Amino acid sequence: MANKHVDQLTGTQTVGHEWDGIEELDTPLPRWWLWTFYLTIVFAIGYVIAYPALPMLNRATEGELGWTSRGQLAKDMKAAEQSRTALREQLAQIPIEQLPDHPDLMQQAVAGGAAAFKVNCVQCHGSGGGGVVGHYPNLNDDDWLWGGDLKAIQTTITHGIRQPGDDATRNSAMPPFEGMFTAAELDALAQHVQALSHKAPDSAAGAKLFAENCAICHGANGGGDRQVGAPRLNDAIWLYGGSRAAIEKQVVKPHMGVMPAWDKKLDPVTIKMLAAYVHSLGGGEDFAPEQQQPAATVDDVQQ
Amino acid sequence: MSSSEAKVVAIGQARTGRSEPPRQDPPEKLYEARRAVHNKRIDGPFRRFKWFVMFVTLTIYYVTPWIRWDRGPYAPNQAVLVDLAHRRFYMFGIEIWPQEFYFVAGLLIMAGIGLFLVTSAVGRAWCGYSCPQTVWTDVFQHVDRFVDGDRNARMKLDAAPWTWGKVMRRAFKWTIYVVIGFWTGGAWIMYFADAPTLVHDFWRGEAAPVAYITVVVLTLTTVTLGGFMREQVCVYMCPWPRIQSAMMDEKSLTVTYKDWRGEPRGSLKKAQRNPDQFGDCVDCLQCVAVCPTGIDIRNGPQIGCITCALCIDACDRTMAEIGRPRGLIDYITLEDAKREAAGEPARPAWKALLRPRTIAYFMLWGGIGLGLLFLLGARNHVAISAAPDRNPPFMLMSDGSIRNAYTLKLRNMVSQPRGMTIAIDGLSGAVMWTDSIGRDQAARSQTVTVPADETSTVRAYVVAPNATPQQDFAFTVRTTGKQPESARVETLFTTPGGER
Repeated sequence: MANKHVDQLTGTQTVGHEWDGIEELDTPLPRWWLWTFYLTIVFAIGYVIAYPALPMLNRATEGELGWTSRGQLAKDMKAAEQSRTALREQLAQIPIEQLPDHPDLMQQAVAGGAAAFKVNCVQCHGSGGGGVVGHYPNLNDDDWLWGGDLKAIQTTITHGIRQPGDDATRNSAMPPFEGMFTAAELDALAQHVQALSHKAPDSAAGAKLFAENCAICHGANGGGDRQVGAPRLNDAIWLYGGSRAAIEKQVVKPHMGVMPAWDKKLDPVTIKMLAAYVHSLGGGEDFAPEQQQPAATVDDVQQ
Repeated sequence: MSSSEAKVVAIGQARTGRSEPPRQDPPEKLYEARRAVHNKRIDGPFRRFKWFVMFVTLTIYYVTPWIRWDRGPYAPNQAVLVDLAHRRFYMFGIEIWPQEFYFVAGLLIMAGIGLFLVTSAVGRAWCGYSCPQTVWTDVFQHVDRFVDGDRNARMKLDAAPWTWGKVMRRAFKWTIYVVIGFWTGGAWIMYFADAPTLVHDFWRGEAAPVAYITVVVLTLTTVTLGGFMREQVCVYMCPWPRIQSAMMDEKSLTVTYKDWRGEPRGSLKKAQRNPDQFGDCVDCLQCVAVCPTGIDIRNGPQIGCITCALCIDACDRTMAEIGRPRGLIDYITLEDAKREAAGEPARPAWKALLRPRTIAYFMLWGGIGLGLLFLLGARNHVAISAAPDRNPPFMLMSDGSIRNAYTLKLRNMVSQPRGMTIAIDGLSGAVMWTDSIGRDQAARSQTVTVPADETSTVRAYVVAPNATPQQDFAFTVRTTGKQPESARVETLFTTPGGER
């Protein structure tokens, strides 16, 4: 501030620069403005003392209040956990057969199941439960190897598929027919299996072979048997593919999937919620206690 | 508080705008202390208009939440309600949903253009009469006058030492400030909940924390901005004065001191002695005394002038007392000021209102208003949206048919539950069912009930025969009941062969 410029008209000092003849007045700030500025400084100092703020070599200063974002998260998680306990208790008490009678509870179970599904099931079944042909079953359709009502789904999730050491596990074994058929026989058999769902003209030889070797599990018409987990062969859904080659391969060297028994990892309430979610995907079946309702077949549709 | 008598005198001298040569070497100051404004009571047409606007605006503000409006059993009975929890805005017979926010946007645009219109026509009239800061400052200034007396008494009291009496007086005044601030904040929260219930809950300590926080914050801001900062807000904080100077032109009305008539000014005595040497201004300083922002209008247009025209009232009164014509300070356009200074006869002020610019603003403003009214009348109270499942996009069923799943959202925008029939439009051979209806009742259409004022989420499964090609189709929804409305949404039916 060597040489002070003073605006003659107002008597106020200028900032000392000039742009095309225009000078800027150096008007002092209002006092309240300055005080507000000082207050923000005081606030900032208080904030730095109270909260984690200054980055040091390994970690930031901790702050007098001891607050951390991780601690906050843990607290929030605990609170969220607690807010769910009431629902979980209700779900624990209600038998899964009665769940459809409580639409609100069912809805919450489906929501909880969707979350659990995304953590535990998507690795195989896909994020939408669509499965992978040749590997993992689609959970959205109306075809069930072991039954599609809530109870059946719950059992499947709880005990898994082909889990050694679990007596209640879903266990079925298709014998490998390797070496038992000639190539022609195998072809005829596969043609008959395709014919069951109208994918090909029937083959009398294949039908005979089927009746002798396969009908005991898969049924005379290929209707399957949920008691032993034998897949239905007369519908449009093929777990391991419906081409002639895929069928032949499955006859010769059967591919049989496994699924973990989830009771080792998940609690019963989560399993119940998972069952509700899988049931809600669109293929869930109602409880049919005694009579086995024959599902619609390709024949019905095409008539 | 720290202002001394000497300072008051200095300000007085500064405001006269004479006798002081410009300071050559002003002391370097880090800040400038606020100059207290003790405006004098005045009566006149503009003051009465200010009273009127104040009465109308405050009445609207305080009374509106208490107006009831019967909407039946499913909707609140408050005429004007911003229901944030349910994301609804009720205004008498109109109900706005979040997706209809363009109405609010339209109103905000109208408010903006309205300000342009008003500013280009009558200058800063918004600032002078209806700005909340102006209205509440006016209220607080009347409180000052009520507790401490008029201008001279207040200046004396300000300069006086802190005696017990002054402390009591100040405590009393500030208590009234806080009560006014509390009322202001209290009225604000009434717009966001049922007013009678909220008052009841508020005093029982059962209202939501946000209600208390809002009241406390608004009490503090009202007292701070209206009670203590006053004209500082207009001069230092508010952006509008800066914008306004760009909105105005030489054809806009503004409060102007007619220096060609008033100058050179001199006291009445001097002027009577030498009538030829002096103008009409007798330097009575009444225009300065009544100004709520403490400026001297005779220094010309300035940012502190909110064109409330109280100085016109004051000057006209002085002119009447000394028997000179009114209007030494008056509403006048800069163009007319030039004309008058050149000796041409004065033009009536209303002529400034009608000119292409104001008319253009008015047409624009009115056009948007009419457009909004049209939209309001033409809008549909039912809506449907469809989100197809993408994972998996389609599903082969055991009978060979193809199923697609959709998440439908049905909006019922009236305060009555309504039945809605969802139907498939196109996609021959397809049938649908929903998560609550079941496949055994699959059909071309399904009816669901959507609760009053709510959006229902319905999962719809559409199944089509095996050979169906991938194609577009639509869901239509039609309300059942007296005044059927319908809506429609296009979506896609995905099939295994269609992914190419």
